[in-house]
Amino acid sequence: MKYMDEFRDPATAKKLVAEIHKLASTSLSQREPLQIMEFCGGHTHTLFKYGIESMLPDNIEMVHGPGCPVCVLPMARVDDCVAIAEQPGVIFTTFGDAMRVPGTRKSLLQAKADGCDVRMVYSPMDALAIARKNPEREVVFFALGFETTMPSTALTLLQAHREGLQNFSLFCNHITTPATMRAILTDPDLRLDGFLAPGHVSMVIGAHPYDFVTRDYHKPLVITGFEPLDILQALWMLVKQFAEGRCEVENQYARIVPEAGNVAGLKAIAEVYETREHSEFRGLGNIGDAGIQIREAYAAYDAEKKLGLPFDFAQGAVGYDPEHLKCADVLRGVMKPWECPAFAKTCNPQNPLGALMVSPEGSCAAYYAYGKLAKRKETV
Amino acid sequence: MNLSGTIALAHGSGGRVMHQLVDELIRSTFSNPLLEEGEDQARIPLAELVVQGDRLAFTTDSYVVTPLEFPGGNIGTLAINGTVNDLAVGGAKPLYLSCGFIIEEGLPLETFARILQSMRLAADEAGVQIVTGDTKVVQRGGADKLFINTAGVGVIPAGFNPSAGGAQVGDVVIVNGWLGDHGAAILNARGDLALEADIESDCAPLNALVEAMFAACPDIHCLRDATRGGLATVLNEFAERSGVDMVLKEDTLPIRTPVRGMCEILGLDPLYLANEGKLVAVVPAAAAQAVLAAMQRIPEGYHACIIGEVVEGDGHVILQTAFGGERIVDMLPGEQLPRIC
Repeated sequence: MKYMDEFRDPATAKKLVAEIHKLASTSLSQREPLQIMEFCGGHTHTLFKYGIESMLPDNIEMVHGPGCPVCVLPMARVDDCVAIAEQPGVIFTTFGDAMRVPGTRKSLLQAKADGCDVRMVYSPMDALAIARKNPEREVVFFALGFETTMPSTALTLLQAHREGLQNFSLFCNHITTPATMRAILTDPDLRLDGFLAPGHVSMVIGAHPYDFVTRDYHKPLVITGFEPLDILQALWMLVKQFAEGRCEVENQYARIVPEAGNVAGLKAIAEVYETREHSEFRGLGNIGDAGIQIREAYAAYDAEKKLGLPFDFAQGAVGYDPEHLKCADVLRGVMKPWECPAFAKTCNPQNPLGALMVSPEGSCAAYYAYGKLAKRKETV
Repeated sequence: MNLSGTIALAHGSGGRVMHQLVDELIRSTFSNPLLEEGEDQARIPLAELVVQGDRLAFTTDSYVVTPLEFPGGNIGTLAINGTVNDLAVGGAKPLYLSCGFIIEEGLPLETFARILQSMRLAADEAGVQIVTGDTKVVQRGGADKLFINTAGVGVIPAGFNPSAGGAQVGDVVIVNGWLGDHGAAILNARGDLALEADIESDCAPLNALVEAMFAACPDIHCLRDATRGGLATVLNEFAERSGVDMVLKEDTLPIRTPVRGMCEILGLDPLYLANEGKLVAVVPAAAAQAVLAAMQRIPEGYHACIIGEVVEGDGHVILQTAFGGERIVDMLPGEQLPRIC
């Protein structure tokens, strides 16, 4: 913990907050708040956990982005998961927070209660271990996440291939960050001024895949880590860019993020995966070339091909999220969670209607859990 | 009794094999005069109860845990201490326990005997007697190795009346030590994390501690043991029922480094982790130092400390982060699930 506590030092935080306030009062408009999107749910979580928003000046507003792989998972994909888990002989393995995401019929947690063999694992290698122990069963790992989790699932698949395991497959739902960010940037309702980009994604892909954000869309971007001081420093860097009239990709997380990314990780990703032509994102619709699928060479490890699915995603979007839910507007940053008519009423953590309410990193769940204080202060 | 075998359906059949199990293993381990009467019920003399207080406290709880044995305890110690603590935090002196076993066939007799022995030791430590019980055996798959239900009675001395709705503005919030050890120990003992953390459950009886607290301050406003749902859940109950806010100071919360580390890795919040030897008390500020001093003289209270205060509000628990911000600590919607990344 001593290595973490260095990044949570209250005295350093105070200095950074004072610097941000100083810059904001002298260089930013007092009428129009600067709108900064933290793309990643991990950042949203840190902002709430440490009460960072309550420390920022009024003319800086955080917009919580769609960077939570659980949040952008369409309901039909959850239905696919359940359909796979219901097949005889299947052991369906998944990360914990994917278990509560609602499908149209049920969540994986409900499928488990109904008798499906759904197991929570902490890494895809745990799923591989289950496959080795159960050679007579098909063990499927629900591979989801941005570039952060892609290398580990790719390496797990390659390990299964090396061992010649016949009973292991991935249900691949990985998505890419730059393409998702581009979709937000091309949105006609866009009202963002800049981005905090996720450090663990850049740990894999490096800094340059974001060059288009500054070059084509003129929005400054700072890649940052997940400790509270990381985020405060990144905010300070971003505000400084506005103050100085610059628009650049900067890397606050240089202690972890190499400019060129992780060569071995990228190699494993390139070996195993390719982009999908069609991929539906919950609330954002179809985003071309943002979804990832397993290459034909490894089709034997692709649960979609091996087990068959009720929905054909190759044909494009299936989406049938309830219309009265404003998940899409919240995901794109054009609406605050509490402005959605269902927020904290019909949609709450006990009965999440939208995925944003499911994951603790989803902005609705985060606001429900941590944000009541901020909202209360706003309404006083 | 030969302990080399396993529990069979015959051990629950009502016949000779069952009597052998009950008499030679269970009754002999828990031996005390009331149990030795061998009736279908424990016959408790009222006169002894009446001199100890003016109300009877009665509680029950069922214990299901995987694995059965873990660092710092086992399902048996949980079953005794959990029920003792449920009585104690009501201000009661725990006296008598019942004990019901539901055993899955195939459980090694030696494991069962070891758990019984720990129950006996835990009961002796808490000063309670196991005076009646029941044993059922179910087919393989009908239960997860062993479930235990314990019920307990105790007597509440006149004048003690802690309640979840009793918190008043100006009171302070006290806990008796490290939070989250039990939840973290169980997660670690399940063995699917591959973490090298040295964490033991805090499973312990709290009746001696509670007795010392009431001796120091008979006017303890709220008292609960922070089991499932952890500190956060108990404080939310206090805040809601009392119609006040509870403000916690993060840098005063006693959480061990390995527990914090495990929570960081898994994306869990230690405030929601289960405890089996921790209580939360809300006491008048004027009595706080006396209560703390009394607690710190008892082993289960060595690390007791003040973690927050009660302020005006409408039923929220607010954490002032060490970082300088504030956030609400709400009740959990369900169980905590580790996040993806």
